[in-house]
Amino acid sequence: MKYRSCLEDALETQKINAPLDDNPNYNAPGSQLAPGTTLVNRYVIQDIIGVGGMGSVYRARDLHFPTVVKLVAVKEMINQAPDPLVRKTIVQNFEREANILATLNHPAIPRIYDYFSVDNRSYLVLEFIHGKDMEAIINETPGFLSEEQVLGWAIELCDVLSYLHNHKPDPIIFRDMKPSNVMVNQQGHIVLVDFGIAKPFQAGQKGTMIGTEGYSPPEQYRGEATPLADIYALGATIHHALSRRDPRLEPPFSFNERPLRKINPAVSPELEMVVNTALQYNPQDRFQSAEAMKEALIAAGRKTGLLGRIHTVTASIQPANGIKPLWTFACEDEIRGSPLYYDGSIFIGSYDYNLYCISAADGKMKWKYATEGGIVGKPAVYEGDIYIGSEDQRLHVISARSGKVNWTYYTNGRVRSSPRIAEGHVFIGSDDERLHAVNLISGRASWHFEADAPIRSTPFVANELVYFGSESGELFAVNFRGELKWHFKAKQSVTSSPWVAEGLVYFASVDGYVYALDARSGWLIWRFRMGKGSISSPCFTDGMLFVGSADGHIYAIDARTAKEIWRFKTDHQVSSSPTIYKDCLYCGSADGNLYCLEYRTGRLRWKFATKGPITGTPLVYDDIVYIGSMDHFLYALLA
Amino acid sequence: MNKLFDHLRRKKKTQPLTAPENIKTIPLNDRQIAEAFKAASVYQPAQLIHGCGQSTGKQREHNEDSLFAFSMTSGGEGTGFPVGLFIVADGMGGHQYGEVASSIATRVLAGFILKRFLPYIINPANNLDEPLQEIMRSAIDEVQRSVVQTAPGSGTTLTAALVFGQQMIIGHVGDSRAYAVYQDGRTDILTRDHSLVKRLEELGQISADEALSHPQRNVLYRAIGQGETLEADVFTAPFPQTGHLVLCSDGLWSVVSDDHIAKIIREAPTLHDACRDLVRAANDAGGPDNISVILVKSIG
Repeated sequence: MKYRSCLEDALETQKINAPLDDNPNYNAPGSQLAPGTTLVNRYVIQDIIGVGGMGSVYRARDLHFPTVVKLVAVKEMINQAPDPLVRKTIVQNFEREANILATLNHPAIPRIYDYFSVDNRSYLVLEFIHGKDMEAIINETPGFLSEEQVLGWAIELCDVLSYLHNHKPDPIIFRDMKPSNVMVNQQGHIVLVDFGIAKPFQAGQKGTMIGTEGYSPPEQYRGEATPLADIYALGATIHHALSRRDPRLEPPFSFNERPLRKINPAVSPELEMVVNTALQYNPQDRFQSAEAMKEALIAAGRKTGLLGRIHTVTASIQPANGIKPLWTFACEDEIRGSPLYYDGSIFIGSYDYNLYCISAADGKMKWKYATEGGIVGKPAVYEGDIYIGSEDQRLHVISARSGKVNWTYYTNGRVRSSPRIAEGHVFIGSDDERLHAVNLISGRASWHFEADAPIRSTPFVANELVYFGSESGELFAVNFRGELKWHFKAKQSVTSSPWVAEGLVYFASVDGYVYALDARSGWLIWRFRMGKGSISSPCFTDGMLFVGSADGHIYAIDARTAKEIWRFKTDHQVSSSPTIYKDCLYCGSADGNLYCLEYRTGRLRWKFATKGPITGTPLVYDDIVYIGSMDHFLYALLA
Repeated sequence: MNKLFDHLRRKKKTQPLTAPENIKTIPLNDRQIAEAFKAASVYQPAQLIHGCGQSTGKQREHNEDSLFAFSMTSGGEGTGFPVGLFIVADGMGGHQYGEVASSIATRVLAGFILKRFLPYIINPANNLDEPLQEIMRSAIDEVQRSVVQTAPGSGTTLTAALVFGQQMIIGHVGDSRAYAVYQDGRTDILTRDHSLVKRLEELGQISADEALSHPQRNVLYRAIGQGETLEADVFTAPFPQTGHLVLCSDGLWSVVSDDHIAKIIREAPTLHDACRDLVRAANDAGGPDNISVILVKSIG
């Protein structure tokens, strides 16, 4: 404090000679000039208009014009270098640059009137801009700035960058393009403020610290500053203005993770493209000059101007049902279940009570086996026998070759769960509220586990445990002796079949959540909220979890973090369960379509329309997708 | 389940050992015998053991790091599995109250999470109905509030591992790290530094070596106590069953290579020795920053 008052006195009297610079506190940001202070007998400080890392910016009145009020901006830079030689060099650099800037003449660059140094402070006297900086405008505008407005500013910024970059003998690199360095004056034109001239005054930073500049390109951190760095920063500035997302609060160089139109759909694809080009990591992929960028901006503006405000439909790659099935197979009733491939044949059950064996090559029926109820599950195969449950309350075991029944097993309720074979047993749920463990050799129950509601979920076997859901919302983990290891209660029924991977159990519930539990303890690790409930079964690949929901979406979730990676909207409920094959995800929807999406991005590859809702899980084998629909048909399509 | 295991174990034991012919055996030395005994002995109940190390380093005057380690084992009827909570926080140099921030961070996080676990510790039948990842997230939000309130302007990194059974939830902000170090010397970095140089490295702009010497290597883009919105990384990872979990501040990893860390851990007789040796290695390399390290191993 002592030093501060001393300084103010000194400045006012213009008699500074005390060696103040030994005390580091002297340079504290608090030591600002008080209003009324006069600098070099000419500039009367009126107010502080900005505070930076190296000093403050003041509004001051120039006393050389006594009859009019001429306002100037006075930028103060405190020389923080402890070494006198370094300090001297900094001041020399500053003066050299001030001289260069003083020769600039452009409407978007403030005029420099004067510069001087007083002790360890240097001052630059500039044209005072009546207006507001772009950052303040972004923050004060409710909603997004209009594209026209930002486009106009961007074109002007290209103009001034072009002027600087073509400066002779050496191009001038602005280095610090960002909304807070762009003033918009009362006429609505932009003015660049805060040239890099002040940079050397910034204190050297020691130790771990927070904050990156956010607008600078990667190469600038290697010490390269070229005109192309300004292009990137301009792209970043436009991105910030249109998205309202401050890049200083985001990971550096992450603009491509925040596509403009995803945040602000009102932005035209044309302008987004220009911004994306400016923001390329590799300088050679950006516009190679400010003029080139300006041309692209104008072209984008013309195009959108011609098209008006009407949104163009984004180009889609959907071949509108140009896909022809390799073959189709008609059942007598709806297909709600899922196909199985075994030994050249496709096995599928139908609501017409039959299990069909169809040649995978040409779709010709080899045999059919009649149960006495509808079939909604997916068959399982073991040693040449096909296992399938039916609403006739039975599990049927049929020879794959002949279609003759080997044995059946009675439960006391309709069977909607699909069989799972492991450890010499077939595990299957039933509406009789039991999970049945049936010995494969004897065809008799080894045990059954009593739940308190129908079991329609298909069991999953892993870690010597059998995992399955129930209509009462329980997820059970039972050992091979039928003893309960743990259970977890969701708020509504778990029809979805669990998937166990990397020590976690994943399943969806009608309560609208996807759950991840520790497979050994049943502890809840995360849950993911969907728009509506789900009876779709999740599928796990590559650390990603895919699941459908009654809200019409297919979701891709990061299995480690429970974050949504993408979602894809279909036109109706998704009860079907996704399947991954190569780099694609296949899933049906109650809107009648089978969708093929790139599983990493959720981008639509193609869709195929059937005439009824799809509830089963697609099967992909040997580059062919098999899917049943409630339109009674089984389709074979090229994957 | 246990009965089944016992059954299997018995089965294994009764299998006749078929000794190959024409092979001569020599007596084992003491060390080999000790190793053999070590391998044969079974630790029950399953437990998490840990060691810690910390040093101001050789170039700083204050220690702004904080660490916290807690592990719970219960043996007996209806035994669950071990639970552990391990935290490292590195307060920001150049900010005021760096040490205050890191200390608040570890204590608030530990307090928040342990409070949620108390009902379970008292009675393992009490299931936690809040997802563990959400508990971790809420805890980090609480830390953020506390740091902003108590030590405004300060900042800290935070890397926490909540271990239970064979899984763990990692909560992470900043550039302290969690590693899985395996017996064979393989090391996996589990966390991602929220640092400028890491981003540059990911974009292929600089190499890993350049990142270690980059003038802005200490610049973080995410830290507790800084910024209006804090997005912590919270994720699940399998606990390295056959190796060690390592949590450390950059005072260790920036001067001691991953391979060297793995070697020290492999060669030290106990976890505490390993931690001491790791700290020593960082100091031998100049000790430019505060050093904190926690080593965790699962046995049984």
